[in-house]
Amino acid sequence: MSSAAYYVPNQSRWPILASIALFLMAVGAGSLINDMSAEKSGGVGVWSLLLGALCMMAILFGWFRNVINESMSGLYNEQMDRSYRWGMSWFIFSELMFFAAFFGTLFYVRNLAVPWLGGEGEKGVSNMLWEGFQAQWPLMTTPDMEAFPGPQQVIDPWHLPLINTILLVSSSFTVTVAHKALKMGERSRIVLWLAITVLLGAAFLVFQAYEYIEAYHDLGLTLHAGVYGATFFILTGFHGLHVTLGSVMLIIMWLRVLRGHFDADNHFAFEAVNWYWHFVDVVWVGLFLFVYII
Amino acid sequence: MDTTLSVDSTEHGHGPAKGLGRWFFTTNHKDIGTLYLWFSLLMFLTGGCMALMIRAELFQPGLQLVQPEFFNQMTTMHGLIMVFGAVMPAFVGLANWMIPIMVGAPDMALPRMNNWSFWILPFAFSLMLSTLFMEGGGPNFGWTFYAPLSTTYAPPSVTFFIFAVHMMGFSSIMGAINIIATILNMRAPGMTMMKLPLFVWTWLITAFLLIAVMPVLAGVVTMMLMDIHFGTSFFNAAGGGDPVLFQHVFWFFGHPEVYIMILPAFGIVSEIIPTFARKKLFGYASMVYATSSIALLSFLVWAHHMFTVGLPLAGELFFMYATMLIAVPTGVKVFNWVATMFHGSMTFETPMLFALAFVVLFTIGGFSGLMLAIAPADFQYHDTYFVVAHFHYVLVPGAIFSIMAGAYYWLPKWTGHMLNERLGKAHFWLSFIGVNVTFFPMHFLGLAGMPRRIPDYALQFADFNAVASVGAFIFGLSQLLFVYNIISCIRGGERATDQVWEGSHGLEWTLPSPAPYHTFTQPPVIK
Repeated sequence: MSSAAYYVPNQSRWPILASIALFLMAVGAGSLINDMSAEKSGGVGVWSLLLGALCMMAILFGWFRNVINESMSGLYNEQMDRSYRWGMSWFIFSELMFFAAFFGTLFYVRNLAVPWLGGEGEKGVSNMLWEGFQAQWPLMTTPDMEAFPGPQQVIDPWHLPLINTILLVSSSFTVTVAHKALKMGERSRIVLWLAITVLLGAAFLVFQAYEYIEAYHDLGLTLHAGVYGATFFILTGFHGLHVTLGSVMLIIMWLRVLRGHFDADNHFAFEAVNWYWHFVDVVWVGLFLFVYII
Repeated sequence: MDTTLSVDSTEHGHGPAKGLGRWFFTTNHKDIGTLYLWFSLLMFLTGGCMALMIRAELFQPGLQLVQPEFFNQMTTMHGLIMVFGAVMPAFVGLANWMIPIMVGAPDMALPRMNNWSFWILPFAFSLMLSTLFMEGGGPNFGWTFYAPLSTTYAPPSVTFFIFAVHMMGFSSIMGAINIIATILNMRAPGMTMMKLPLFVWTWLITAFLLIAVMPVLAGVVTMMLMDIHFGTSFFNAAGGGDPVLFQHVFWFFGHPEVYIMILPAFGIVSEIIPTFARKKLFGYASMVYATSSIALLSFLVWAHHMFTVGLPLAGELFFMYATMLIAVPTGVKVFNWVATMFHGSMTFETPMLFALAFVVLFTIGGFSGLMLAIAPADFQYHDTYFVVAHFHYVLVPGAIFSIMAGAYYWLPKWTGHMLNERLGKAHFWLSFIGVNVTFFPMHFLGLAGMPRRIPDYALQFADFNAVASVGAFIFGLSQLLFVYNIISCIRGGERATDQVWEGSHGLEWTLPSPAPYHTFTQPPVIK
């Protein structure tokens, strides 16, 4: 961090290219999904989605390379560093609100909508829609079992989910150990603890995939299985995507450490990924509590 | 990654790049602000044409011009385009232009991301508008896209609508993060928080609201996508879900969204009125606190949009009283504006006219809002033209007038030329008359029971509808004067001084007009 003035980058081609890539992805995903639902095949959607996604990856690679090079050549001052810190904090806040929408959905359905359908309380008149429907949670018997066959069983929290909780919580510790090592400049320890963190994240994802397979094949817990399945999969699914993204970011940090990037004072990218990983962990604890246990 | 440095050039002595590349690749906050403003003007005219189509059809009872299916698409698209394409980008454009200058910063905190925030928008809106030409037509379920109209009964193009909303969400969140980082981190030395111009304060709070609720919008459209294509039952009671859940999540986004579209307007008006009253803003600190309270309360009032869906009584009461509470900080603001003008040496240039009309007409919209907040009375008004009148009063002579006021106020600083004042005044008076002729009769229509979002209506509503349609065309066509005035101001006109307006204060008025391409590369010192 050397330069005195705030670094204002000159023209850049990355943002507009990224907009085009995003557009290709949106058009591709939209056509693909619509074709799937209409049971049409041979559309160009999948190609547009793939092309857009590949372009996006290349663009992000180039864009981040720009930023990293600028940072390493000392163009950023402390004020710039603070801008990135604010940026990352508010980004994580926005992610938190994204999950809040789904947690809110879960609480609403569980505590209000389903009991009302079952005839409870002030709005219990809606029971006339499906007379005899009994409110319960987990919702094993849905109001219309033909359209939405409820699950035969739900995931037992004290097996895979418990293991996953242990994995993810310990990974939060290991990533902190890696951060401490970075602050003390012990590179071999950073490499080791970061690798352990990535492995813990990967193990989590493997178990999560295994759990999904079990849910679909043995328990009848699917996206179609009524609102229990819907909330279960949207919460755990988006969390899983975030773990995946976090793991990719950790791997990038690991590669950068191997390349000799970062020093004891200048390593915000590492810290940002660290924050993100803790965020993913906190969301999981909420999931474990409200989706699996209670 | 190679080891050679391929950093973007860091020279800053020069002006803008040549050719179209300037606009595609720019990282300059003024360029990006300009892009936002032009984009918003284009969307305003597009959405305006849709509004005129609606009003033309409603000029007489019966179906004259369009089919009901198309009419529904027009009401939907008009709302979406005006909210997400016209009002929000216009405020972001003003923020881009003015906030770095007002806080004494060299640029926005994250200039490349700033470019990305803008350039997502044209693509998102192309995608959204293209749905009109798809099989089955475009979105036809109203801008609030309630399930199951937007899920079970939606045209296939809804999938693209969902992805377009996602793209707008990315853009808004990145834009808001940038604005917060700029305000919190880029202020010149001595520019303490309680010295910030009020426009900056209102935008800080708006940006917070955006980051808090745009992800919720993303969440709700994602649940729609899942329900439509992946067999979930979030909004389907047959699987244990609830269509009303959609409304809860949507309005948890939607109500703060309403304030996202009005808080920056408060900021603009709080800049303009002191200038033309030649007095300091009355009650600066109370303005800041009032804005913050409005923002916080906005998270607790969402269900007042849903009084008639069958909420438990406790819910009706809670949301009714919480909503009424908002009138308190809003009242503080209106009284502060009036007190600022009290004993001021007022002159009535075009920006001031728009700002004054804002205060009066927004207050009318506020009062009809108060009427709607009364749950038992809302059972009568709900889904009628009274609601249409209410939110158009707060959005058109509210948000849009403030944007026009801001444009007239700052255009001399942007272009270096004074405006054609006579043309500006003509634009103002035509708009003022047009808006009131359009929307005031809608109060009566609503109270008499005319439902909203219908292409045809009973005969007793004919007169007021004809009047409203005439007003709409007056308002619509008078915007051509606005466009003409902007273009001629860019091309020439009387030279503007640095201060532009006799009573103006603030960092932006210490810069030359037009403002140089790079400003405050060395931070100014604030006393």
